[in-house]
Amino acid sequence: MNPLVVEQVTVAYDRQLVLEDVSFSVPEGKLVGIIGPNGAGKSTLMKAMLNFIPRMHGNVFVYGKPYEKQRHLVGYVPQRNSVDWDFPTNALDVVLMGRYGHIGLWKRPRKEDVDIAMQCLDKVGMLPYAKRQISQLSGGQQQRVFLARALAQDASVYFMDEPFVGVDAATEKAIVQLLNELKMRGKTVLVVHHDLQTVRDYFDYVLLLNKRVIAFGETESVFTYDHIQKTYGGKVTFLSAAHIVG
Amino acid sequence: MAHAALPGICIAFLLYGQKSLLVFLIGAACSGYIATVCIQFIVKHTRIKEDAAIGIVLSVFFGLGIVLLTWINQHEGGNQSGINDFLFGKAASLTGSDVNVLTVTAITMITTILVFFKEFKIITFDRAFAQGIGVPVSLLNGVLMFLIVSVVVIGLQAVGVVLMSALLITPALAARYWTEKLEWMMWLAGGFGALSGVAGAYISLIAYVPTGPLVIIFATMLFICSFLFAPKRGLCSKMIRRYIQRRTLRAKQLYKRGEQA
Repeated sequence: MNPLVVEQVTVAYDRQLVLEDVSFSVPEGKLVGIIGPNGAGKSTLMKAMLNFIPRMHGNVFVYGKPYEKQRHLVGYVPQRNSVDWDFPTNALDVVLMGRYGHIGLWKRPRKEDVDIAMQCLDKVGMLPYAKRQISQLSGGQQQRVFLARALAQDASVYFMDEPFVGVDAATEKAIVQLLNELKMRGKTVLVVHHDLQTVRDYFDYVLLLNKRVIAFGETESVFTYDHIQKTYGGKVTFLSAAHIVG
Repeated sequence: MAHAALPGICIAFLLYGQKSLLVFLIGAACSGYIATVCIQFIVKHTRIKEDAAIGIVLSVFFGLGIVLLTWINQHEGGNQSGINDFLFGKAASLTGSDVNVLTVTAITMITTILVFFKEFKIITFDRAFAQGIGVPVSLLNGVLMFLIVSVVVIGLQAVGVVLMSALLITPALAARYWTEKLEWMMWLAGGFGALSGVAGAYISLIAYVPTGPLVIIFATMLFICSFLFAPKRGLCSKMIRRYIQRRTLRAKQLYKRGEQA
């Protein structure tokens, strides 16, 4: 059974269609890159799948059941700039938030949850910063805290919205390592991604999106010159496209 | 929010005919809710941004409230009702039953906050994520809004409409300078608010000055002290730290130059 099946998802803002009839199905343990130009609806697709914005039409199934019934199986890493980093809290506290779904309403985190949060911080190399106020972290470190929080959630399918934006080389490497570790553990990860150069190195599957699905499938066969041109409306020059495809 | 509550309170008074905290609470909640809906409507259907929309709606509601308040004062024997104290507040106008209502509401609010502290924290920090892990975001947000409206209505009589929002925000801002933990910030803000309240009410009693402005002056003084003298984030400690850094740096440079010579 596929961990994620998306059927004919359609989203409109003010009667204007931003996503049209998006369908795809992801096998277990794959890293999927969602690629497309600005305004192609990449983030919108993620938010629509998570029910943050209403879908006009379409269904999302997680391990065979509707997403609404399987929320606990889905982890989400929002864009870094979506929260106020001056909020009075420290890195460990943010990672602990990933455990809230397991802890349940109004109960306090147990020692066990704190231990898991610490392990997750350790995995992204942020253990020394556990008690650091979050506004004092660099952009890359903040991104790693968000990743640690998603790990603490212990989900089966992960959605990550542009985790590579504005991070340094060390963090990028750490994220890639983490993605591969998740994959080894049979997790399925969808990543909204911008950098065409790295698509081939990072992702097993790729979803080329521009309001509609231009192409979906294994990176090897789908990430071709024609498809990229079609996705970007012919704006990628011949040379750079040839370089990307390799 | 306080500004939006005023017309609701006036209408509640006109309908009910006398002063009652509970009826006022309902009135304030209704007009507060209508104001919120108006703001959201404007943001969604026009190109006007949220801050501008809030400005437009709140000033209209406040204007409406003042009109109603003046009307009540001229008719209905409003002078005896004490409703005009709502503008600048008068703690002395509180009756025994008011105090009971205040106490019960305060205890209920503190309990609610303590019980759902974790949830309130996550929906304020990262609402999308909270929704993703199955926290009932809209419900809790509604509860939080209800708590704020209740605080506003209860505080109105003591500090008045004009300064209520200042009392909501200033102690919290002051507390932010002393701590990096939300838990501590909450208790500190409560403490600062209580301190300003007691001091303001006391001086208001002996000096025959409206309570509201005095309370706010005290809260603001606490804020300025925090802004200047808080150990980590305060302006003075920052300047002292920078001065020490500069001196050690200069000493090091001099030492180096001495070595080279």
